[in-house]
Amino acid sequence: MTSKHPWITSGIALAVIAVFFLAAPSVYHNRSLLFSMMTFVALAQGLNLLYGFTGYLPFGYVGFFGTGAYTTSLLVLHTQVPVIGCVVIGGAVAVLVALILGPLLRLNGAYFSIANLAASQILYNIFSNQDLSTITGGPYGLKIDRVYDPVLSYGTMLVIVLLATALAAYLRYSRFGLGIRAVHQDPTSAAMAGINVVRGRLIVWMFSAAVAGLAGGAYAWNLSVFYPDAVFTLQISVFAIVFALFGGVGTVIGPVIGAIVLDALYNGVGISTPQYFEFIYGLLIVLLVLFLPSGVVSLLQRRGVRVV
Amino acid sequence: MSLVEYALVGGILYGVFFALVGIGLNLIFGVMRIINLAHGQFVLLGGYGAFVLVRDLHLNPLWGIPLAVLGAIVVAVPLYAVVPRLQKSSDPEMLSFILFFGVAQMIDAILSATFGADQRTLPEDALGAGSLTVFGQSFPDSWWVATAASLLAIAGLYFYFTRTRLGFATRAIMANRDEALATGIDVQRVSAINFVIGIMLAGIAGVFVPYLLGSISPDIGHELTTTSFAVIIIGSLGNPLGTIIGGLVFGVGTLLMQTFLPSWSNLVPYALLVLIVLVRPSGLLGRSVRTA
Repeated sequence: MTSKHPWITSGIALAVIAVFFLAAPSVYHNRSLLFSMMTFVALAQGLNLLYGFTGYLPFGYVGFFGTGAYTTSLLVLHTQVPVIGCVVIGGAVAVLVALILGPLLRLNGAYFSIANLAASQILYNIFSNQDLSTITGGPYGLKIDRVYDPVLSYGTMLVIVLLATALAAYLRYSRFGLGIRAVHQDPTSAAMAGINVVRGRLIVWMFSAAVAGLAGGAYAWNLSVFYPDAVFTLQISVFAIVFALFGGVGTVIGPVIGAIVLDALYNGVGISTPQYFEFIYGLLIVLLVLFLPSGVVSLLQRRGVRVV
Repeated sequence: MSLVEYALVGGILYGVFFALVGIGLNLIFGVMRIINLAHGQFVLLGGYGAFVLVRDLHLNPLWGIPLAVLGAIVVAVPLYAVVPRLQKSSDPEMLSFILFFGVAQMIDAILSATFGADQRTLPEDALGAGSLTVFGQSFPDSWWVATAASLLAIAGLYFYFTRTRLGFATRAIMANRDEALATGIDVQRVSAINFVIGIMLAGIAGVFVPYLLGSISPDIGHELTTTSFAVIIIGSLGNPLGTIIGGLVFGVGTLLMQTFLPSWSNLVPYALLVLIVLVRPSGLLGRSVRTA
């Protein structure tokens, strides 16, 4: 792979991902496991957009996912909009939430993460609140099984995965992305070079929220019956972070590889013995931070392979 | 009117206790500039320590305090090994945040493998069976004991900061790490001691958590961590004694909500946290705000 034609290589990467997930159901028949794998690919990639290119780690990333899931489901229940339209609006509402939470970007690294986590807890408490159960279903969740469509929702999620990956390629190879990475390295110098720091960060933040919101919508559609915990659990943020870190943030294919490998591993080992797996995940995070902070793709990069 | 008084008195007791819950996190951040995201899990370890003492040895749960002190030394001394490595990295705050999240996951896994996911309680009457009445509002003895223990621990910390050589060295590092190093303070040794003290305070707080929250279970660790963050951010990051103010605001706020709008009371710490960082990021967060 050469960096002379990054757009072509990125295009090839997109095509490989598309073929992989289109062919997978005919090889492996558990479509719902494949769907959840795609969900985490989308989330890891969406988180990578923000963390990999701006350095902000959104610990409450699941907040956008849940918002997308609830917006989509409520629209399906109360309007006549086609389901795909509902998913798109779910993404748009997540972007709106990101705009409202935009001032959080004023905070430094870890404080941003904590405040973002608190914001996602607020969203969870609003959607699952007993007092609002006539509107949101409260703690009893929602049911949209009349539009259940495993094939079409699978395709929708694949499109979201491709969109997220294309956005990552855009941030990695475009002029705008170059500016964003300059801001990440040294905001003051970047601002003096004429880059609009606040605008750039806000745009990436909204990209990232859009991916999570869309993924949440498609996830709710595929699941069709869910409790608020299922779409707001901290575990979703955690998986997205670990998958992205494991693969390698700041690259186009790193998070995709990380999510596919670790999610397959989780489905292979984790479901039967979740407690050991939680322990292994914790240990994996510790070891990654100490010894491999740039993920598995950095092993290739060290050998001189140019990774997309 | 009596409802308001109930919320105020209870809020002060609750808040002083939560100042103790948060203070260790703030001490570690103030001295080492690293984020211990496993803080809530260390609080839980203290609580489970007391639970084991009561269940297996039939001791008073207060014996959990010396156990927490001992346990903190055993656990935190080896764990400190990762800190200098983190401090040398490109982004210590962010990387420590992720690393300690991993530690938290491991403690969660160990706790649920050992104790199961059930909610565990401590005997109601172990800290006194009665209740003490102030301003016509009565609260169980255990709340008063927890508050008294918190005040003692915080007073001890104040004494440590203002009267001991180690405390002076600690404050010097908090004020300016490089200058402290230049004046000949053994920064790594002092940091290690404060790391242990921070985790010790978390464990001591944990002994009382089953009384103040009703029970403990492995899944409340992250909630305790976020609440601690809310308390120390409302107070003053990096200044452990400012935590008391944060605790009081959080405590009174939570009990007022529990009294008047119970279903929304879980929101209080999160809403306070977001509100404060949004409205006054520079005022209450000090140096944590980006310049660009």
